[in-house]
Amino acid sequence: MVKEIGEDFFYNLKKAVEHAKNLINENTKLKLEIKKLKEELEARKDEITQSSHSECYKKINDLEEKNSEFNKRISELEEENKNFATKYVELESENNNLANLYVASFQLHSTLNFKEVVQIIMEIVINLIGAEVFVLYLLDEKTNELTPIATEGIEIEKTNSIKLGKGVVGRSAKTGENYFSELIPIYDEFNEDAPIACIPLKIKEHTIGVIAIYKLLMQKEQFTELDYELFTLLAGHAATAIFSSKLYTESERKLSTIQGFIELLTK
Amino acid sequence: MAGINILVVEDSPTMRQLIVFALKRLKDVSVVEANDGVDGLKKLSAQKFDLLIADINMPIMDGLKLVSLVRQDQKYKDMPIIIVTTEGAEEDKKRGLTLGANAYLTKPVQTNQLISTVKDLLRIS
Repeated sequence: MVKEIGEDFFYNLKKAVEHAKNLINENTKLKLEIKKLKEELEARKDEITQSSHSECYKKINDLEEKNSEFNKRISELEEENKNFATKYVELESENNNLANLYVASFQLHSTLNFKEVVQIIMEIVINLIGAEVFVLYLLDEKTNELTPIATEGIEIEKTNSIKLGKGVVGRSAKTGENYFSELIPIYDEFNEDAPIACIPLKIKEHTIGVIAIYKLLMQKEQFTELDYELFTLLAGHAATAIFSSKLYTESERKLSTIQGFIELLTK
Repeated sequence: MAGINILVVEDSPTMRQLIVFALKRLKDVSVVEANDGVDGLKKLSAQKFDLLIADINMPIMDGLKLVSLVRQDQKYKDMPIIIVTTEGAEEDKKRGLTLGANAYLTKPVQTNQLISTVKDLLRIS
């Protein structure tokens, strides 16, 4: 009986040892498998990370490129905008200048009355140029003298006729060239021979008078680009306006004389 | 703001034309002109104006007298007034503004400066 129990025990023990051995083998195999899988996973992980990183880098690069393109475009647009703004300011200023020139020219040719023409010239020099003291001289071709016919800021009695070619005003009239003093000196008292600007009034090359400016308004420090354009306009248009108004006045006078004479004859 | 009426009181036809020319660049603006202060007062009583532009040195009645009389009128106590003048001294400017002008511009006036002052005072764009 004991023998049978012993044999069973050994048999079972043998079986158990075999089973244990099998389990150990299985376990070892599984461990190896896990290790393999882990290694594989590790390898794949690197691969996945690397590919997603490179994709990200590519996208970042693309976005950075686009960003720099946008920045470039923005700076180009800003530059364009600045250019447009500058152009706009220039056009505004040009527009203002043209308005001034148009009004001056329109006014100069708005009348054939000599006194009114002179008044308009004076107004242009005061209001559009900003002169405080100036004299309008007309050339007397018989005496070759420049005679003051209108003044501003100085009484006409305090001015004198100037011989053609004499002094700054006379020389400007003779040569027909504009004169501008390099510096605008502090105005102390009226000095006929110290103008800051002389503008000969000319019909083609024939000088008929001169505008001599001696002092600018206190708020006006120097001549501007527009002033030079106004001087050019005055040089031509004021001269023709003066000349035609003088001719018209003379012809009107002659006409009334002739009419009076005819009336006398026909009575 | 529809239908803006502006009165320009200036004895110089050249200057008047230049101001009117500049104002015509604004939308819905109608401009009435007057030669001096008395003429200006007459026109102010004949119709309602939204803005007055006046010179100082004018015959019959100067611009400063005109500004002080306009400010005494209840109808025009809030109307913007711009003085455009050759008088550039600081005391003249102070006087003009004390009498009731809202802006003081000196000649030779830049038309764009005048326009921007008008726009500011009338609050138009």
